[in-house]
Amino acid sequence: MLYREAGDFKSTYSSDNQTFPIRFDRYAYWAALGFAFLVVPFLLTDYWANSIVIPLLIYVIAALGLNLLIGYCGQLSLGTGAFMAVGAYATFKLTFAFPWMPIYIVFILAGLVTAVVGVLFGLPSLKIKGFYLAVATLAAQFFLIWLFTRVGWFFNDSATGMITMPQRSMFGVTVTGAAASAIAVYITCLIFVVGMSWLARNLTRGTLGRTWMSIRDMDIAAEIIGVNPLIAKLTAFAVSSFFVGVAGALLFGVYLGAAEAGEAFGINKSFLVLFMVIIGGLGSILGSFLGAAFLVVLPVLLKLMLVDTLGWPADLARHLEVMVIGALIVIVLILEPHGMAALWRTIKDKLRLWPFPH
Amino acid sequence: MSETVLFAFEAALNGLTVGIMYSLVALGFVLIFKASGIFNFAQGVMALFAALTLVGFQEGAVPFAPLINATFGTSVHNFGFNMPTLLAIPAAVAVMVGFAWLVERIVLKHLINQEPIILFMATIGLAYFLEGLGDIMWGAEVKRLDVGIPQGGNVWFEENTQWLGMGNENFWGFYIDTLNLYALVIAAILVTALVIFSQYTKQGRALRAVADDHQAALSVGISLRFIWVLTWSIAGIVALVAGIMWGSKSGVQFSLSLIALKALPVLILGGFTSIPGAIVGGLMIGIGEKLFDFFMQPIIGGATENWFAYMLALAFLLFRPQGLFGEKIIERV
Repeated sequence: MLYREAGDFKSTYSSDNQTFPIRFDRYAYWAALGFAFLVVPFLLTDYWANSIVIPLLIYVIAALGLNLLIGYCGQLSLGTGAFMAVGAYATFKLTFAFPWMPIYIVFILAGLVTAVVGVLFGLPSLKIKGFYLAVATLAAQFFLIWLFTRVGWFFNDSATGMITMPQRSMFGVTVTGAAASAIAVYITCLIFVVGMSWLARNLTRGTLGRTWMSIRDMDIAAEIIGVNPLIAKLTAFAVSSFFVGVAGALLFGVYLGAAEAGEAFGINKSFLVLFMVIIGGLGSILGSFLGAAFLVVLPVLLKLMLVDTLGWPADLARHLEVMVIGALIVIVLILEPHGMAALWRTIKDKLRLWPFPH
Repeated sequence: MSETVLFAFEAALNGLTVGIMYSLVALGFVLIFKASGIFNFAQGVMALFAALTLVGFQEGAVPFAPLINATFGTSVHNFGFNMPTLLAIPAAVAVMVGFAWLVERIVLKHLINQEPIILFMATIGLAYFLEGLGDIMWGAEVKRLDVGIPQGGNVWFEENTQWLGMGNENFWGFYIDTLNLYALVIAAILVTALVIFSQYTKQGRALRAVADDHQAALSVGISLRFIWVLTWSIAGIVALVAGIMWGSKSGVQFSLSLIALKALPVLILGGFTSIPGAIVGGLMIGIGEKLFDFFMQPIIGGATENWFAYMLALAFLLFRPQGLFGEKIIERV
């Protein structure tokens, strides 16, 4: 039998607490990792890399970050786009100020800068919650974007108001700029995705994750049993913004190459990432992957079907896409409030018993 | 009076009229929030959709024309007649009522007893759906909306305020768009009508009862579902009014749904449950952002309207989270 716990005896605490308790899941996980690192780079074409794989990997990081904040700590944020912009602009400023700095370090530092900004805008969460907080994060969204388009220091007074990524390499391989190969970009994003999801998984099952979840479930009760809401909420904002900042840095650094704050990181980006989290599943690491994959692949599929096959005008297909995404959000919230990850959980439960019903 | 004061005053006057728009959208928010505890993010898009529908009816446009053309290779656009405005407005109202009924039937019914935050996210989905639907149904280009409200600078107002300049040659009296004066009057009529409806009619009383306590209202035989359809219909009509105002001023286009976002800080200022709060909050934000822009433009640059409202709301949240007129937020474990 393939999908069984039977015969897989746990004799240590660490093996009892591991992420994938079922042997088949572990094999599948290692197989997926091996496939992503060893097989995909050789199959990757420029079209696949640019339209699906790389945006997918970058949005996975952003969705993970937002999921930590909304799904685990219960703090609604509509400022994701602006925090991604902070990551992007921090990358730009840092790599121009210190051209010798390894670009991976720059991405991580950009994430840390975003974390500081995130904590700053997370401060109101100590007093307010729910959609009051959503409005407070909207303030971050509009204020930061305004700042990045108005103050010349942020974009080095370039005439177009855009920031452009110079060519940088890591271990002798060009990673950013127009000359970077799809494989180098892919491997860069993949390393970050694997590292960040490992971090997210281990944070959420540790003390920190538990304090976040207690705040989410009932903040007053959590405070009474000794959880410090100040630390819990601010760390959630810091970690979440770190993830989102790294995603913004990668989006600008390795994917877009040039960006303008209002266009690339507007309010629509905030909603896009929020939708990924909702469709994928609130409070689930796997959900962030599924949600990001779904919302990256859906527009490509729709375009392929409607524009290329049926010959519809592109703007009509775009409107239909907006409509479909909206309807999907409502349907998901009605049928399965915990998203695609919950569907996977149900399938797993069924698989464990298959072919028996109980 | 010195020039700065005069121009600041004119900026404030302009802000007042923008503020009315914010108030109208915020009013729709408050109505739904009071009756069902739902924070309806789709209110702004409802205004856009209502205005689009009105224009579509006026021009006799074929619904879903772009879709039909793309699917069957035809090129239909118009039925070939123009519906008079007096007929088109009730038709648009009927569409909004139908929409309210559908929302209750398809969405709200299934989300009873969910957390407010889930409902909020559902309305974000609804907003996206409605936005796409509006574009597919009536086409995405900017449309002119004319329902016969006079427009342009108001000469009477300008001439009668010239004396305020005290002989200052640069001052010609305050400029104000006639349309905005009408908007002011219509908003006042709308609020009065709403107050009369909720105070003196049976349905209005039921509506207030539901707003006060869902369970108690249910136990005395008020149909919650009917009341929800009713409030969403009223919110739809308020959205139509807002859509007509904004649409006659700057054309029916996507930017209309962005004023919905501005209505959020308005609500925080005025309080989520107060109709006067929505009006006062809207006016305050409208005037505030114009004045702030007027005084700060030389120092920190323009376009501060984009974020001023939110920052003001943020400051308010830190000191008075329930808003100016809202009920105090009491939390029980």
